[in-house]
Amino acid sequence: MFDQILQFLITGMTTGAIYALVALGFTIIYNASDVVNFAQGEFVMMGAMSTIFLAAGDNGLPIPLAAATSVVLVICVGILLQRFAIAPARGASVVTTIIITIGASIFLRGVALVIWGKDIQAMAHFSGEIPIHIGNATLLPQNLWVMGGTALMVLGVHYFFHHTMQGKAILACSYNRDAANLMGINVGLMMLVAYGLSALLGAMAGILVTPISFTSYDAGVMLGLKGFSAAILGGMGNPMGAVVGGLLLGLIESLAAGLISSGYKDAIGFIILLLVLFIRPSGLMGRRSSDRV
Amino acid sequence: MKRIKGLIILAIILIALPILFPNNYFITVVGTAVALHAVLAISLNLLMGYAGQISLGHAAFFGIGAYSSAILTTQHQWNPLLSIGAGMLITGIIAFVIARPILKLKGHYLAMATLGFGIIVSIILVQAGNFTGGPDGLSDIPPLALFGWTISSDFHWYVVMSTVLLLIVWLVNNLIDSRSGRALRALHGSEVAAEMMGINTTSVKTNVFVLSALIASFVGSLFAHQQAFISPDSFSFFFSIELVTMVVLGGLASTYGAIFGALVLTFLPELLVVFEDYEVMVFGGILMLMMIFMPQGLFVALENLISRLYRNYFNPPLPVPASDGENHDVA
Repeated sequence: MFDQILQFLITGMTTGAIYALVALGFTIIYNASDVVNFAQGEFVMMGAMSTIFLAAGDNGLPIPLAAATSVVLVICVGILLQRFAIAPARGASVVTTIIITIGASIFLRGVALVIWGKDIQAMAHFSGEIPIHIGNATLLPQNLWVMGGTALMVLGVHYFFHHTMQGKAILACSYNRDAANLMGINVGLMMLVAYGLSALLGAMAGILVTPISFTSYDAGVMLGLKGFSAAILGGMGNPMGAVVGGLLLGLIESLAAGLISSGYKDAIGFIILLLVLFIRPSGLMGRRSSDRV
Repeated sequence: MKRIKGLIILAIILIALPILFPNNYFITVVGTAVALHAVLAISLNLLMGYAGQISLGHAAFFGIGAYSSAILTTQHQWNPLLSIGAGMLITGIIAFVIARPILKLKGHYLAMATLGFGIIVSIILVQAGNFTGGPDGLSDIPPLALFGWTISSDFHWYVVMSTVLLLIVWLVNNLIDSRSGRALRALHGSEVAAEMMGINTTSVKTNVFVLSALIASFVGSLFAHQQAFISPDSFSFFFSIELVTMVVLGGLASTYGAIFGALVLTFLPELLVVFEDYEVMVFGGILMLMMIFMPQGLFVALENLISRLYRNYFNPPLPVPASDGENHDVA
């Protein structure tokens, strides 16, 4: 029984790490522009898909190079999304921006369908598939890649926002756009950086996890929803909350799948999310909001 | 009076179409779907447009109604009319129970909670195979009979759905102009202000949530009897999003706008079939462009355009910007 639980924890931490990265991407965009970007899951899918296809065939690029190229590609998509879909609709209502990003996600999915087709795609593991045994539980090297990669990126994001001028400038924009503008910060440019960073996190998440979970043109939908759930669970707008929410959601789902029913694991995740919201309407680590009247 | 005029025009259009184009696929089949979607969009608009509460899970209530009818008639041999009532009762209870905790939430949290509710319902529809038939759905749902008249052909359904649409429009128009309708609109303006005026906002929100769920459940049952076959695909997260898009496309808080939104979003996929592989891409692109350039909805944009053209034609152009007529009563 103990080994079984350990196994569920390993699986849960791995999926949770990916949810955390997607949720972190949501949070960065939300903080910068008050937009919930439903196309976040598509960044994940595109990162994975383009890596697979750049590395495919006899003349394919080596994996690290393919991965780097696709990350750059996805960053460009993120920047284009900000510039041509989000920026022109500035000041639109919450519902309108939600539909714009959903439209963008459908559009990107459509593009992926045209370029890469409907098939499920696999990617080679980074460092072999020889399992590591911990007691009776097993761990693939790729699980370590996912967890380690996520930890590095979370630390990197933390460093970026708290110790670099650019990061602090984005934070300033999210606190008060006009004041930031008056301080000489190029708000428009900072928005582009935020979307690019968010796309980078998504693409990296996709590349890290695809050897374990495979990918297809519509793989981004559920990941996007899960990332949004994780961000809300942790408290929308709080980066640490997003990471904690992601890990927690991954663990809950893995335990629910193992101990209760694998068919209902997604439903159980959402039920727990709803219960948390009923008790704490702004998530686990969210700020209590108060309305100005 | 203005609202009655709209209702009469709608009725004339609905009657004239099948006379002008008899036995046309786009009238009897697609037209019926438009009417069905229009009723759903109007019910969602009550919640989103008038009360200002976003919901990304409206398809769940539509699904609960459809499955209640399908299960009761196929597995328990209930009378279809009785099963429609039972479906509405079940939906009403579920909506009433979740309304309070869900509507306490605001903004993105409310969006997430309703989204989560919709997904939970659609997972249950897929997983509870013993009752729902799982991903394959339920078939052989008996047709509906009214006073000995069996509704069977596409044209019959066109008549039924159009009648339902007219009834719902009439009902919603009366509601909006009533005392509770004004309370609802006050809520949209400012919840705190509404509360100060002595409106019990919690109970108003709960009531409108339950009402919109009941309407969705009712047409869900009709849908099940019309199709004779249902599967979870028809009640997924994507359908909820489509409904929200219809409402926004029509311009929030406009009943006729919601009908217009339903019209556009039902016909669009029919027309995009010609793009074959590019269909998904084109659909997403159109959705994005419409919302970017007409954030208030296509209907309002069109209305503005027409009133401006009208004014320019009959009067010399005025330097003041054109006002947008009907939608001002909710501002």
